[in-house]
Amino acid sequence: MPLEIENIRKSFGKFPALNSVSLRAEDSEFIALLGPSGSGKTTLLRCIAGLEVPDSGTIRFQGENLLAQKVRDRRIGLVFQHYALFRHMTAAQNVAFGLKAKRGKDKPDSATIKARVEELLALVQLDGLGGRYPSQLSGGQRQRVALARALAIEPRILLLDEPFGALDAKVRRELRRWLRQIHERTGLTTIFVTHDQEEALELADRVALLKDGALEQVGTPEELYHHPATPFVFEFLGDVVKLPCEIVDGAAVLGGVRATLLGGSRKTSGKGIAHVRPDAFDVAPGEGEGLEATLRDVVSAGASARLDCLLDTGDALEIRVPHDLAQNLRPGERVTLRPREARVW
Amino acid sequence: MINRIPAAPTRDPPWFKWTLIAVALAYVLIVLVLPLLAVFVEALRKGEAAYFASFKEPAALAAIQLTLLVTAIAVPLNTVFGLAAAWAITKFEFVGKSFLTTLIDLPLSVSPVISGLVYVLLYSAHGWFGPFFLDRGIEIIFAVPGIVMATTLVTFPYVARELIPLMQQQGTDEEAAAATLGAGPWRTFFLVTLPNVKWALTFGVLLCTARAMGEFGAVSVVSGHIRGLTSTMPLHVEILYNEYNFVAAFAIASLLALFALVTLGVRAILEQRFEAELAAANRT
Repeated sequence: MPLEIENIRKSFGKFPALNSVSLRAEDSEFIALLGPSGSGKTTLLRCIAGLEVPDSGTIRFQGENLLAQKVRDRRIGLVFQHYALFRHMTAAQNVAFGLKAKRGKDKPDSATIKARVEELLALVQLDGLGGRYPSQLSGGQRQRVALARALAIEPRILLLDEPFGALDAKVRRELRRWLRQIHERTGLTTIFVTHDQEEALELADRVALLKDGALEQVGTPEELYHHPATPFVFEFLGDVVKLPCEIVDGAAVLGGVRATLLGGSRKTSGKGIAHVRPDAFDVAPGEGEGLEATLRDVVSAGASARLDCLLDTGDALEIRVPHDLAQNLRPGERVTLRPREARVW
Repeated sequence: MINRIPAAPTRDPPWFKWTLIAVALAYVLIVLVLPLLAVFVEALRKGEAAYFASFKEPAALAAIQLTLLVTAIAVPLNTVFGLAAAWAITKFEFVGKSFLTTLIDLPLSVSPVISGLVYVLLYSAHGWFGPFFLDRGIEIIFAVPGIVMATTLVTFPYVARELIPLMQQQGTDEEAAAATLGAGPWRTFFLVTLPNVKWALTFGVLLCTARAMGEFGAVSVVSGHIRGLTSTMPLHVEILYNEYNFVAAFAIASLLALFALVTLGVRAILEQRFEAELAAANRT
């Protein structure tokens, strides 16, 4: 049963945090809410969980009107950005909290609770650490306790707010893979908030990109990356070099070189601004057909290298080339840049 | 020859450090320790027998009882109020929030004598509401209810003030988490909010207790100083002192000082004993 969000509006004072947002999450779908800070992604998540009440709009799940239900009755698991673990309880007590809070005939007996807590701690690979307090756990471990705690109530939807925001790069990557596995195992409809485009593209089935409280584009990672609907989407998903160009016969002409106009581009003739990815340039030493420039700096960064170029027109730009291509280039050299593909809006 | 370790560039010279310590110690000695010692020395001037005899006098016993009674009413009242106010201020948004915050601090900035006078104005025989209560046989001013009210007013910021900064710092995430996990408001309060502030609450209650027992100004205005009836311990000390009964005056004073010291001691022990837990509670 899908989660249907329709025309959600929410303002804080005069600040409109969400402006008529509609989104549909299919059963077992893994959705990323992506956007810069202040774009409303966390507010949308909190509206689904019930921690914020939208000014208007509807949220339905399995045919029920979620907005009519109290937070405690929604059975939606939420993992907070800063974990929000109960600091005076051990990891095991944290996980057990939701089970003990159940009422009436739903309330499991203490042996069942104990077994379930063990099971969940094993699921998040924290066997044996149940007796530790949150302050005795690392950031990654706390995050996993928070997830186990949210999963304990057998939620109908799992929401994660910047789940990896406070962790270092290596732990992030590990947890990312692991979260994906958990999702595959549990089959829960999952929505997570992030400002990291790499995380969103890697993890999610679909990405919803928000800007200023409105959805800019919703689609699979491939759709967003290869068919961005707006310049904002294109720029948010990666670095962009902007250059003035002329559009002739369905191609962008820069410095006399034709670059393929990709889908998503609207214009068919006239002047425009070409949006080019920094790695969509061919670089040739010496002068020739194309954008002539002086190489100011070559910075090797692992598998690729960054070239800091000063165009003869006076504009500076940074492009990326494979590492072995950059090996023969030295600062001060003259180079010619030929963009292969561009987008013009 | 001693191998000197070069001083760190930011380290102040030793004489500077020792001068600062000496000044601080001398100040504490003159302002705190000497008067405290004087209380006990004066109380024991005529020997132990005279000292303990001071407490057996009916008026002294009545004063001690009254003080304990007033404290036993004022402190729980202010504990409940302090918790409610801190909870409201830190966990919710509402109109007049900053006004309430300022209001809580008011008793600290207003002279206790004024606090007492306000009650006289409101509840004395010629006050606004005094006749209403007197007609029903309820005496407030120059009676126990007035003393309780004045003490409550003067000591009401202590619990709230101890709680508000901590609760503000802790935020509402844990309460929100409890709600998403299916906990109702009471469960959340008793299992999440209260344990998170238990030390701040304990310290607030201790401070409030010490302050309630020692309150003089406001109580002095509303009590009427009826010996054995409306005299609390601080008032009784004054009465005895004015009667040149120094040993008895200082004996009662020493008891008050002892209460204060015990309160401080309990706080220090708690802080030391639960240092790790306190530090953990402040970490996020």
